[in-house]
Amino acid sequence: MALSVLVITAVIAYELYRNSHLSIARFGWSFLWGTTWDPIAEQFGALPFLYGTLVTSAVALLIAVPMGLGVAIFLSELAPRWLSDPVAFLVELLAAIPSVIYGLIGIFVLVPLVRNYLEPFLSGTLGFLPIFQGAPYGVGMLTASLVLAVMVVPFIVSVSREILMAVPRAQREAILSLGATRWEMVWIAILPYARSGIMGSVFLALARALGETMAVTMVIGNRPEIKLSLFEPGYTMAAVIANEFTEATSDMYLQALIEIGLVLFAVTILVNAIARLLIYSLSKHVEVRE
Amino acid sequence: MTSPLPLRRRLINGIMLSLTGVCTAVVIGVLFFILGYITYHGIEALNWDFFTKLPKPVGETGGGMANAIVGTLKLLLLASLIGVPIGFIGGVYLAEYGRKTMTGFLIRYAADLLNGIPSIVMGIFAYTIIVLPMGHFSSLAGGVALGIMMIPIAVRSTEEFLRLVPATIREAALGLGLPEWKVVSFVVIPTAFRGIVTGIMLDLARVSGETAPLLFTAFSNRFWSQGWLEPTASLPVMLYTYAITPYEDWHRQAWAAGLVLLMLVLGANVVSRLVLHRRLTG
Repeated sequence: MALSVLVITAVIAYELYRNSHLSIARFGWSFLWGTTWDPIAEQFGALPFLYGTLVTSAVALLIAVPMGLGVAIFLSELAPRWLSDPVAFLVELLAAIPSVIYGLIGIFVLVPLVRNYLEPFLSGTLGFLPIFQGAPYGVGMLTASLVLAVMVVPFIVSVSREILMAVPRAQREAILSLGATRWEMVWIAILPYARSGIMGSVFLALARALGETMAVTMVIGNRPEIKLSLFEPGYTMAAVIANEFTEATSDMYLQALIEIGLVLFAVTILVNAIARLLIYSLSKHVEVRE
Repeated sequence: MTSPLPLRRRLINGIMLSLTGVCTAVVIGVLFFILGYITYHGIEALNWDFFTKLPKPVGETGGGMANAIVGTLKLLLLASLIGVPIGFIGGVYLAEYGRKTMTGFLIRYAADLLNGIPSIVMGIFAYTIIVLPMGHFSSLAGGVALGIMMIPIAVRSTEEFLRLVPATIREAALGLGLPEWKVVSFVVIPTAFRGIVTGIMLDLARVSGETAPLLFTAFSNRFWSQGWLEPTASLPVMLYTYAITPYEDWHRQAWAAGLVLLMLVLGANVVSRLVLHRRLTG
């Protein structure tokens, strides 16, 4: 029974491969850098989706990592226990909210906010940067990144907090006795010590962001184009599968979509594999749980 | 008051530490905003019809999501039939027999990786093994997709709670001359039972909100779904399809569905938190 976990993972990989062989045979590696996605001409290139996925995840992490680390530091170093535990629980609730609900809030609250306030503000102040140019649609890669950032913050907080709390007392006391401030203690003595675990939490969050489907589909605009500006609509790998799978009329179309699924599977497995190893390696010499 | 530290260092200290507090306030603020907003719009939209009536055709107001609620329950039942036994037995194996072994490590690692696979990929998987051979969408396919998603968390939480059982209890039972399988099934598992059930409840709550794996397995249905082999509606998919339409009345129902889902998920989380808290302290 326990072995079934291994078997299932292997079978998923095999099934995805088996059901996308037509597309793999036809396009080969060029699938990954082809930029045309034309179901009618049966010309499939996944680059716009790869681009959209990578950009939204990267921007989401740019927001979520400092934010999440801030929370983790506050909870582990500043907040007393009676405050830290309930707040950590609340942050974890954020991870329990179904992604379709994030999408709902995204469509009806965040999109208008971004269109009317955030995007005009950004193009007014930082408009000289090409990533903040163009018409403020509201739906687009910026909004998707914001939603993703909120969704992955809890992963960074809960893992980082446990790892920070597992840093030995001696490490803190030593540097405090040298006259360091609290912040210097965090910056010089604690964060470097916990580095690999924190990297692990970041990779974990990255894997989540790469594979997130519903919330992104609902706010990104779903257009298979590669545009530099974050204001423009884009498309992600998960979103294109969610949108077009039931509409795929030809075998080749369906198989191309499954191949996108295969790529997504491979990437998230890889990122997760790195994340878990980083977290395990740290928890081996400082018991994270107890 | 003079401080021995230079002003710059004190300033940096103050600014950075306050920033961590600000981060926390923002994140918690976002959570309460989401909860409040969904509750506000959901309560406005929720009525008795929502639970008892079928969806109305486009353009007519009113109607409900009774079929989607039943559909979600059916999918969860199927999912637990797959996820719970495999997850439970896997967890027992890991905790009791696979602690320091290489196989144990591999299974734990695979469970964590399986947990990280995007839910949409699970949908494709269920599609290729069930929908393609059968030729049509079905509750069964949706249930299988959710069931597989349940396994890794069920395995890991079962393992964790079994590990919390003190070694002295195990040793006492072994000392009485009980064979190992009896110790595990009559002493260790009952001790950890409440924790294990709570873990599985949380797991169910998590998959109950999943939308992506259902889009092309259980698909959707505007009517009652008979048996297990027809496509079925489910709350999250219904919420999604209603939210992206331009109809005012469907938006209203999407908020109602959001509130019901949110209550389900948060309820499970808060209850399990209370149960576990009591277990650990008292």
